[in-house]
Amino acid sequence: MNGDKIIEINSLTKDFKDLRAVNSLNLNVFEGDVFGFLGPNGAGKSTTIRMLLSLIKPTEGSIKLFGKTLQKNRIEILKRIGAIVEKPDFYGYLSAYKNLEILGKISGKEISKNRIMEVLELVGLSKRYKSKVKTFSHGMKQRLGLGQALLHNPDLIILDEPTTGLDPQGMKEIRDLILHLSKVEKKTIFLSSHILYEVELVANRMIIINKGTTKVEGYVKDLLNAKKLKVSFEVNDEDKTNNLLAQSDWINKLESQAKTIFMFSLENDEIADLNRYFVENGIAVSAVIPTRSLEDYFLKITDEVV
Amino acid sequence: MLTLIQIELYKVFKKWRTYIGFIAIGVLVPIIHTAMVFEGSHTLNFMTRNIQESFFFVGNLLNGYLVSYFILTSLAVHIPFLIALVAGDLLAGEATAGTYRMLITRPISRTQIITSKFLAGIIYTNLLILWLAVMSLVVGLIIFGSGELLVISNQTVIIFEKSDILWRFLLAYGFASLGMSVVASLAFLFSSLVENSIGPIVSTMAVIIVFIILSAINIDFFQTIKPYLFTNYILSWRLFFDDPVDFAELTKATSILAGHIAFFFLLALYLFKRKDILT
Repeated sequence: MNGDKIIEINSLTKDFKDLRAVNSLNLNVFEGDVFGFLGPNGAGKSTTIRMLLSLIKPTEGSIKLFGKTLQKNRIEILKRIGAIVEKPDFYGYLSAYKNLEILGKISGKEISKNRIMEVLELVGLSKRYKSKVKTFSHGMKQRLGLGQALLHNPDLIILDEPTTGLDPQGMKEIRDLILHLSKVEKKTIFLSSHILYEVELVANRMIIINKGTTKVEGYVKDLLNAKKLKVSFEVNDEDKTNNLLAQSDWINKLESQAKTIFMFSLENDEIADLNRYFVENGIAVSAVIPTRSLEDYFLKITDEVV
Repeated sequence: MLTLIQIELYKVFKKWRTYIGFIAIGVLVPIIHTAMVFEGSHTLNFMTRNIQESFFFVGNLLNGYLVSYFILTSLAVHIPFLIALVAGDLLAGEATAGTYRMLITRPISRTQIITSKFLAGIIYTNLLILWLAVMSLVVGLIIFGSGELLVISNQTVIIFEKSDILWRFLLAYGFASLGMSVVASLAFLFSSLVENSIGPIVSTMAVIIVFIILSAINIDFFQTIKPYLFTNYILSWRLFFDDPVDFAELTKATSILAGHIAFFFLLALYLFKRKDILT
């Protein structure tokens, strides 16, 4: 934890008629965090973000941002937030520059023409600043969405699935930008995603939610490394491997076997030991595939929803 | 707030649909002018056919004032559609485009958003009526010249002197603006309820047409409810062409229309402040 609480959510609940979209959710984001907000589609991520930005009202619970209650200090709080909520939508009949100019005028800060061009440059759209947004691809709109979120130099940036629809290069650029904003510009970032890998690359803390409730919360490093890894070894000789394992303690760590693929439950530093053991005993290992427990768990809850 | 209104007006006037009303009036009124050039005398004879035996008319009765009066009467039912086209899109258009999210996550209150959009709608409405006034009255006077205005109202013939007409038109257009602002407010209210702009346009026109039909039916029950239908007062601009002008009735009509504008606006504000933005 780096500093003061920037986001403090307590017992947050949202009901839509018969559906409980968010159920007694608690979370804290601290100054300087890149906070990963993970969950499968329909887990309640966007509903939570909409409540954070006062787009929808909570049924129960409280939200504090920068130490102040959102309901009573909405305007003051929103001056310090930049956000992308779900897909980026703009006034298609206006240019990228004009869209940002309009949003700048209502951002609570003086936004100069230079600042608009600087942001367009940052998101790689400076050459298309005169083009109408309706001519933009989804990826370009996503970049412009990021631009409008950064325009007024906010302290907290809320990004809801910012890489959706981007190609691998675009995804990498967004990740690099998030890291730049966090490390160089010292922004606090709340990053919602349904992809664990994406969060793992940029976040220091994270929460996994499903069906509106918290499943796992903590430091990314701890969560990813705390539990044993499931590691699959693909070998060249099934019988020889079975005989070899039967003569050693490694057999106790064997979880499952499918022909020449043997899956073990191992500590991180045991992977190399087992690999050496196989090689030294004349078994060729053609692949070592680690699967972390958290990833396994995340995939499982994702599958449940799908 | 001024910045917000400027932004809303900028958005309104950057949309193609905004110009449909101006183009429609810009095309329709000259067509009526042209028709009046060729057929005006015949129309005037038709209007005065019942009184020609009793009166002898001298001077230029087919003039810009008469044509403008004729146009104002003819277009009263059609202008609301042009108003609803823009006013019905003010909020629903943001929902359709998904831009509500960007607006509401900015440090401005929902009251400011609603008020600025509403005022932009009212300004558009007034500009459209001003355009109608310019096209029908100013262009009419240029083409047909001025003269006395002959008005037949409730079997009564009134002829206004040339010097006694202009103020009546100015106030009539002002009152028409007020009446059309009620239409804009109603479309705006409907616009706050839905997420596409077709619904508010159709609903507004449906309400106006139904109210006009109810007002026109000569059955006691409908005549009883007539005073409660705002459409009954939209055409009260005609009172400016009575002699003497019934200012008491005009004040009542003005209050009722202003009351409707306030009610529709406040209801839209109340609903919007409680609305969950899910688009």
